[in-house]
Amino acid sequence: MSEEAFEAVGDYKYGFHDPENHTIRFDKGLSEQVVRDISELKNEPQWMTDIRVKAYRHFEERAMPDWGNCNLLESINFENVTYFLRSSNQTEKNWDDVPDDIKNTFDRLGIPDAEQKWLGGVTAQYESEAVYHSIREDLEEQGVIFLDMDTGLKTHPELVKKFFGTVVPHSDNKFSALNTAVWSGGSFIYVPKGISVEMPVQAYFRINAKNMGQFERTLIIADEGSTIHYVEGCTAPSYSTDSLHSAVVELVAMEGAKIRYSTVQNWSNNVYNLVTKRAVAHKNATVEWVDGNIGSKLTMKYPSVLLKGEGAHAEVISVAYAGEGQHQDAGAKVHHLAPNTTSNILSKSISKNGGRSSYRGMLQVMPKASGCRSKVVCDALILDETSRSDTYPTMEIGNSSADLEHEASVSKVSSEQLFYLMSRGFTEEAAMGLIVNGFFEPFTRELPMEYAVELNKLLELEMEGSIG
Amino acid sequence: MLRVEDLHVSVDGTSIIKGLTLTINRGEIHVIMGRNGAGKSTLANVVMGHPAYEITSGEIHFQGRPLDELAVFERARAGMFLSFQYPAVIPGVQVGTFLKKSVASVRDDPPKGRAFRKELNEAMSKLEMDKSFLSRYVNDGFSGGEKKRLEILQMLLLKPSLALLDETDSGLDIDALRIVSKGINEIAPEAGCLIITHYQRLLDHVKPHYVHAMIDGAIVKTGGPELALELEERGYDWLDAAA
Repeated sequence: MSEEAFEAVGDYKYGFHDPENHTIRFDKGLSEQVVRDISELKNEPQWMTDIRVKAYRHFEERAMPDWGNCNLLESINFENVTYFLRSSNQTEKNWDDVPDDIKNTFDRLGIPDAEQKWLGGVTAQYESEAVYHSIREDLEEQGVIFLDMDTGLKTHPELVKKFFGTVVPHSDNKFSALNTAVWSGGSFIYVPKGISVEMPVQAYFRINAKNMGQFERTLIIADEGSTIHYVEGCTAPSYSTDSLHSAVVELVAMEGAKIRYSTVQNWSNNVYNLVTKRAVAHKNATVEWVDGNIGSKLTMKYPSVLLKGEGAHAEVISVAYAGEGQHQDAGAKVHHLAPNTTSNILSKSISKNGGRSSYRGMLQVMPKASGCRSKVVCDALILDETSRSDTYPTMEIGNSSADLEHEASVSKVSSEQLFYLMSRGFTEEAAMGLIVNGFFEPFTRELPMEYAVELNKLLELEMEGSIG
Repeated sequence: MLRVEDLHVSVDGTSIIKGLTLTINRGEIHVIMGRNGAGKSTLANVVMGHPAYEITSGEIHFQGRPLDELAVFERARAGMFLSFQYPAVIPGVQVGTFLKKSVASVRDDPPKGRAFRKELNEAMSKLEMDKSFLSRYVNDGFSGGEKKRLEILQMLLLKPSLALLDETDSGLDIDALRIVSKGINEIAPEAGCLIITHYQRLLDHVKPHYVHAMIDGAIVKTGGPELALELEERGYDWLDAAA
């Protein structure tokens, strides 16, 4: 790594980048033609082209959100973004066939290794498209479909057409419109009735090019009584100019199904991460979002669950770490649409070195939804005087039988905790690291062990060199 | 091992320790008794390096080095241990993880893997602690007695050359007192011990070499174990004149 690159990267160990080799690269900027070109290039059915164009027109008209971090949102220059970049002509099933540069990157990120040890399938997306994809044979034999979204559309057009945009319509917000217009890559999963996928499947998203826009689109359908655990990770090189990541994720949990969706977001601090994630849970289904936000410049993301069927359950555990120059505006939304639905929301945030974290939550109970229960807990930990934490909870309760709990706390690391740990041989930095790991423990214990260890290391690294 | 010379300490401008002198050698058990507010806990904390206390004059030497050169964690690594009167709660950090990391930070040649687990199991069974302790969070929801036991467990594992025990016996029932004493007696022959207490009853189990009466920030009388009995019986008023 060059000295200059190292300076930009600092403690962020995934900040390296490869040379930008590509087979197709669109010029920067967005227009209806760009949208049509993406669709044509991918040889898509007409209905998808039409959705894209419609979404693009909506994006053009739609105003920016007037909440979150308006200054940063307004500073996004949509004309300075590359909307499509193909770095490899096909999606490989064997790592040896993936171009060397790209394969090396994923090696450094530990993906092939993790795949061998504990994953049921892997998709690795590099820029706009998947460069590698594989699923264990036994899952395939059981009828589990796990594909990158582009291939999913080609091979299962009816299924995609039936569900695409039903959970997150293009008109939901400006960024869901943008994603629908220019989407590329992402995962498509279908789990047949009664099938339980024991090993997690993983998608890894890597941005390599400067000023790149990554717009993956994920759709997961868990049919009646099935279960699946999907894990996603993401990193990018550190550049002085910004990149844009704007994904849409739609989950459909049919009757009695269970979907767990775990994320460890570790974008470099020049990435705008503006993501819409939403799930529909039918009768007695469970949806769990386990959402960790460590990186990015600005994240605005509120995993949501529509509890549509009686007895459905939502679980949202999210953590956010906001360091220097970062704003994590994260949270959760749960809509109780049916009777006897239940939800738990746990949100934990840490702000440090002038970082800002916000919890933004929405809890809604519709008039017909009797007998609902919900518990919301948000805890914030502020590590110094220059950092900031805010809470914006919204509750709309239309049924008086609802049983609701809401707890919020803001705390600081006490000098007694530090003294105690230092008297046990920990340096001040190590003591901070331990306290921070402990604070996030309710989140990390929900992650697969390998991820939990990695996350703890990451946080310890964040605590280094930061105490004056 | 520990040499405190004409020490003066203040907190927020209030003078707490006023000319205290004390020497502790390897293998010696010292007991400091005194009323609340006499400055006993301050002494233990200032030796360990608590940032809230300011040494206004005097010196502390540990193993021949002036202590002000050493940060708190360096004191721990040099062999100093403080059993806290009120140990801090560290939410979300499991006792097992904490002990392992602490031992790895403090000891020169820390046991690893199986060797560590073996040592841990032995220490825990000595202190009659259940293994379920290890998966609980450090001091989180612990009873007073459980906290003190965890302090002693740390002491056994860290193998200090100087142990400062700040009211470790307070609030313990007879069984717990016996167990805690067992821990102290185990390290005592190889270490210097400074025990701060209000009560003579700990001394039924631990035999001190010296007992010091502390009044208003200074040691006013030093004797053997019999002084502890006398202090418990007569109180401290009779020593006020000496202060």
